[in-house]
Amino acid sequence: MRAWLYLLAAAIAGAIVTTPALLVLILMGGSFDDALVASLGTLMLVAGIAVVSMRDIIRCGLAMIVCFLALAGLYVTLGAPMVAAAQVIVYIGAISVLILFAIMLTQDKAAPSRLVFQTQAAPAAVAAIIVGVLVAVAAYGTDWGAANKVAHIATDALAQIIFGSDRPQYMLAFEAVSVLLLAAVIGGVFLAKREDPSQDAI
Amino acid sequence: MGLANELNTYLTLSGVLFAIGTFGFLARRNAISMLMSIELMLNAVNLTIVAFGAFVPDLEGDGAVIALMVMAVAAAEATVGLAIVIAIFRNRRTPLVDEYDAMRR
Repeated sequence: MRAWLYLLAAAIAGAIVTTPALLVLILMGGSFDDALVASLGTLMLVAGIAVVSMRDIIRCGLAMIVCFLALAGLYVTLGAPMVAAAQVIVYIGAISVLILFAIMLTQDKAAPSRLVFQTQAAPAAVAAIIVGVLVAVAAYGTDWGAANKVAHIATDALAQIIFGSDRPQYMLAFEAVSVLLLAAVIGGVFLAKREDPSQDAI
Repeated sequence: MGLANELNTYLTLSGVLFAIGTFGFLARRNAISMLMSIELMLNAVNLTIVAFGAFVPDLEGDGAVIALMVMAVAAAEATVGLAIVIAIFRNRRTPLVDEYDAMRR
């Protein structure tokens, strides 16, 4: 009986991913790229909604990994493979694992049965819808001077932009980011360590 | 019909993802859920930056570089934020933010 439920869930997940692609491909006459973008975008948004609305916080963390993976696919369709690789390595490999560890450190047994949302969930939903509509209206109402095709940026061109000698405008930012990461590591260790182990019960 | 070759597609996607993150940050009770919502919002902004870098000819290449920098800063933010949550959890024994009311009593 349980196996049927899992099969049903897998079928629903597959339908969520493939339906927009088929709709774009067949009904709206798009290309395969359009189908890919529709499918990845739908997967990203559904996984994002799952992150903020699911009850069990471990499942929220796993849905966040799915969301980041779909986003990496969108970066590939945007012609930025280096950013997609960094998304997989940094977000899925490091930040998601860090968050899953933090979930396991701070979970108690009663957590899934308690209230998930604050009392201001309804105003928060209204505010979020207003934000989304505003961004969409601003995006469609402005002429960005955008081209109608994606500019692919190769990894060696990216390295040329950061480290090259003809336009070294990102060199300082790159070095500052390394200092920031060092400060964050030291700060994280300092904040999370116990001050006095003898006073702590666990 | 050019869904993949339109800047507005990606801007709308990232706007909706940012709105989802906003809702999660405002409405969730768990501190780690709020941090995950912040990550969603940062990713939405990153998608916007990469999309502008891919479509606006003047920004070609710069978008990807700025997105990589934003990822590094987001990693630092996640480290410090989770350390703060774990430090508070050690004192208060709860991850729920509406029970952190020591300064209201």
